[in-house]
Amino acid sequence: MLKFTEDHEWLLIDGNTATVGITDYAQKALGDVVFVEIPQTDNEVSQGDEVAVVESVKAASEVYAPASGTITEANTALEEEPALVNQDPEGAGWFFKMTLSDMSEIDALMDEAAYAAHVADLD
Amino acid sequence: MSDDFLKTPLFDLHTELGGKIVPFAGYGLPIQYPDGIMTEHKHCRASAGLFDVSHMGQAYVHSQTGEDPAAALETIMPGALTNLAPGQMRYTLLLDEGGGIIDDLMVTRTHDASGKLYIVVNAASKDADYTRIEHALGGRITLEPLEDHALIALQGPEAVAVLADIAPEVSDLYFMEATSVTLEGVVCWVSRSGYTGEDGVEISVPASAAEGLARRLLHDDRVKPIGLGARDSLRLEAGLCLSGQDFDTSRTPIEAGLTFAVPKRRREAGDFPGAQNIAAQAANGPDVLLVGLRPEGRAPVRTGAEIQAADGTPIGTVTSGGFAPSLEAPVALGYVDAAYSAPGTDVQIVLRGRAIPARVSKTPFVPQKYVRRPKP
Repeated sequence: MLKFTEDHEWLLIDGNTATVGITDYAQKALGDVVFVEIPQTDNEVSQGDEVAVVESVKAASEVYAPASGTITEANTALEEEPALVNQDPEGAGWFFKMTLSDMSEIDALMDEAAYAAHVADLD
Repeated sequence: MSDDFLKTPLFDLHTELGGKIVPFAGYGLPIQYPDGIMTEHKHCRASAGLFDVSHMGQAYVHSQTGEDPAAALETIMPGALTNLAPGQMRYTLLLDEGGGIIDDLMVTRTHDASGKLYIVVNAASKDADYTRIEHALGGRITLEPLEDHALIALQGPEAVAVLADIAPEVSDLYFMEATSVTLEGVVCWVSRSGYTGEDGVEISVPASAAEGLARRLLHDDRVKPIGLGARDSLRLEAGLCLSGQDFDTSRTPIEAGLTFAVPKRRREAGDFPGAQNIAAQAANGPDVLLVGLRPEGRAPVRTGAEIQAADGTPIGTVTSGGFAPSLEAPVALGYVDAAYSAPGTDVQIVLRGRAIPARVSKTPFVPQKYVRRPKP
């Protein structure tokens, strides 16, 4: 199941775990990514917490926890190759994996069609 | 997108080329094109980039009295201007009474028999600059803003060759020299100068011919359009200050590392605003100084970040910071206490609550490629 936040993060959900990254729309808006500060693992987070930072040539942007839970793994490849976020934002450019503690938060997130409409409204 | 900004003569071309328009100094200008800042930056360093800098303030300075208009400007600027020969260009500063920097500008002597000067000031401060100059020098000079002219910069190792294919005489210019050149059937003013550290030219072109000229230059495979984003990373790598960001009226030319813009003759004569203060700083050394900084790792530090000594004592502030595409590393400019200004000094910069080790570095970070006239 694929879900999206208003802050342009995607979550690929499998049971009570999720892989999280930023959307193609977000990477295009950021421009060339030159640095990613990946989150610490085994870190309990609440929905909306700042967990990572992505720096483009232009500016720094925060990445927020899209749901509450515990971060279990961070994509260390982004430390060496931050451009993966531009090249494959919804694949190899993933940011972190987490376990989800409150599935009701997930129900409230957007599905693919709702996110596409959200983005269309912004342009 | 709201149209709450002014448009340069190249606005329609920017949108046609896919430029992402942002408001900048009251104008709608492209921050980048579809290639992105990194690619644009590297293209400019490797070949040639075309920049629309029409937002900058271009003006003629006429004498009202028959005196050299440069003599009038020298009373509010510390540069050596009266000795400018026709076609010579100089970087100088507009100073307040205490020697603080209001703006930086280029002053060029035209070939006009009256000694008329052509100046280019920064976009954000052009109205204030014009008011100040006219107020200070009313009765001596007349300022004539060139509102109907675009300014196109062509920068990079291939820039002069590209323009010389259209107008061979531009190859005769050297760095900081300018002349009239007919392009697209209209008379343009071309100088060998720029804001990237590369060789290149800046072309003042009547607005009606600007788009045709830009299209002709872009038709050359060596040329790509470059947005504001890469303009900033290029100038930062070249160690060039941004007015209003790397200096303002709270900084003198000595503190900003622009001592070269206050030549000996002017310093000894002391006949410009803030001359005493500036002479004292030049003699004794300033308390704070603008330096280059190379943070460790890949994370860029940004404007406003605190600079600390290795023991955590605050010693200054970052004024410009970003990622240098040519170096694949972050670079910054900032003011530090003079005791920490020597290249090689270990400092640290606070980024999101953490101290990142950094080293004071010589600027430019990337060598400047200016083509200067050989000494006779």
